[in-house]
Amino acid sequence: MNHAVLVAKNLGRRKLRTALMLIAIFIAFLLFAALEAFLHGINAGESNSAANRLVSVNKINFTVPLPISYLERIKGVKGVVHALPQSWFGGYFQDPKNVLFMFAVDPAEYVNVYPNTSMPPGQNEAWINDRIGLAVGRVTAEKYGWKVGQHIPVSSNIFSRADGSHTWEFNIDAIFSTPDANREGLVLMSHKYFDDTVTFAKDTTSMIVFTTSSVALNDSIEKTIDGMFANSPYETSTDTAAAFNKQFTSQLGNLTLIITLVVSTAFAAILLIVGNTMMMSVRERTREIGVLKTLGFSGPVISMQVLAESLLLSLIGALLGLGFAAGALSAARKALEGFNIIGVNVTVPILAAGVGLAVLLGLVTGAVPAWAGLRLKIVAALGRH
Amino acid sequence: MAEFSFQLKKVSKRFIKGKDTITIFDNLDLDIPAQDYVAIMGPSGSGKTTLLNVLGGIDRITSGEIQFDGKRVDKLDEGQLSRWRAANIGFIFQFYNLMPVLTAAQNVELPLLLTKLSSRERRRNVETALQLVGLADRAKHYPREMSGGQQQRVAIARAIVSDPKVLLCDEPTGDLDRATADEVLDILALLNKQHGKTVIVVTHDPEAARHAKRTLHLNKGVFVERTALA
Repeated sequence: MNHAVLVAKNLGRRKLRTALMLIAIFIAFLLFAALEAFLHGINAGESNSAANRLVSVNKINFTVPLPISYLERIKGVKGVVHALPQSWFGGYFQDPKNVLFMFAVDPAEYVNVYPNTSMPPGQNEAWINDRIGLAVGRVTAEKYGWKVGQHIPVSSNIFSRADGSHTWEFNIDAIFSTPDANREGLVLMSHKYFDDTVTFAKDTTSMIVFTTSSVALNDSIEKTIDGMFANSPYETSTDTAAAFNKQFTSQLGNLTLIITLVVSTAFAAILLIVGNTMMMSVRERTREIGVLKTLGFSGPVISMQVLAESLLLSLIGALLGLGFAAGALSAARKALEGFNIIGVNVTVPILAAGVGLAVLLGLVTGAVPAWAGLRLKIVAALGRH
Repeated sequence: MAEFSFQLKKVSKRFIKGKDTITIFDNLDLDIPAQDYVAIMGPSGSGKTTLLNVLGGIDRITSGEIQFDGKRVDKLDEGQLSRWRAANIGFIFQFYNLMPVLTAAQNVELPLLLTKLSSRERRRNVETALQLVGLADRAKHYPREMSGGQQQRVAIARAIVSDPKVLLCDEPTGDLDRATADEVLDILALLNKQHGKTVIVVTHDPEAARHAKRTLHLNKGVFVERTALA
């Protein structure tokens, strides 16, 4: 036997109570990991955005298109290096449930505007030179088992063709990967093919994405572009890609605040439950603690044992919760890839934060009972007067 | 000159309860030589348990001096007292006070967790202690699976496993039937005679006192009679 066995034995003395405390901690950390992963997923676009990448959208909002002619004018602004149009296609594969996150872009500029996009040699050139070519993100390609060279139909739930059909034919020319997990779910088509074949919204683009030669020029370029189109029927709002993504997600409300409130409330409840139960557990053992002190166990040793108990409990519950969240989200990602939750992931920083929080929870819930154990007088504990 | 375990010089113990000061004992002098076997008797409230507490360093005296093997122990701080108790004192209680979640062997091993002994050495000491009290075959039993007498013998094994010089026993037979009580008293006598332990027993049981070399009668904080067996 050793001190660790003693700690484990004490935790196991009331199995139902320990199990209930573990369940409470498990739920709190499951909630924490799931919500943090969700937050990470929706913020991934913001954090993965290059600082010199900017976006111009219609000032009304991004669902109102801009004239495609703006592209050349933006390219002409001093300090703008590469620019491309980017239009939402509203695509799906075979069944409307198989939603594709599909944009029409300029293949010749895509890798310039998104330089962390990597494709096997020759594939980018093939895509650029193929009017009906597609570049598919790795995750989506894996999901549907698509290979380069395959010919596939893709339908749109927004646009139609001149013949009334909603289906376009494509060649898969490239499969790309990128550190930005959300972009690995994208499907990219040629904006020219899009523009030539749709029956409405011709000569427009949902947005124009471009890079600048220096981050220091961002502010002046934003002002120049928005000034250039001021008082026109299509005024622009230009911002960094990171700010644009943040605005996009902020339409869902202040998610960070909501998630923080939910997690904090859960933790406050768990803190009270576990803290109170630990206190009760130590109170029940008052006599035993008195005996241990009589045998020579000092106050600090008793305190460390109580703290170790609450830490062990907290860590077991937390690791189960974090592990379960990671597993469940991994399964959900596979099942819901059409909903582009690729970035919803229990990352290493989330796991590290969870373990840190578990240690904090263990220390806080154990602090009062540990202090009580430290201060406990043997004579009072044994009721010996 | 006798080698003393304990020497108490003008020891007083008082409690303050509300506006009243309650004196448990006042200016008490007591010498307990090494390897002595002393029974302390007296009516309830006479101060005998408090005396045992201060001897064991689990309660503080109000004034006076307590020496153990020639060194003052009443001035030690809590940490020093814990270490001193672990090294020198074995406690035996009326209600055994075993940890219900630990087996007999694990209960006996508890004091050894504070030593630097290896797990093998600890296991050997535990086996020896359990053999001494006749419970080697019960090592893996939990307290709930043992009779009161067996639990008290486990408590004795726990008290002696770290080889302390002194055993302080508070009504060690108070919860046992006569036959079992006699077995426990025989073990204490054996530990005193053959292993040289100083045994100090607080008891109401005249039979328990008869096993001692001498009996001190305490009443209202004063020794009213000292009886030595021939």
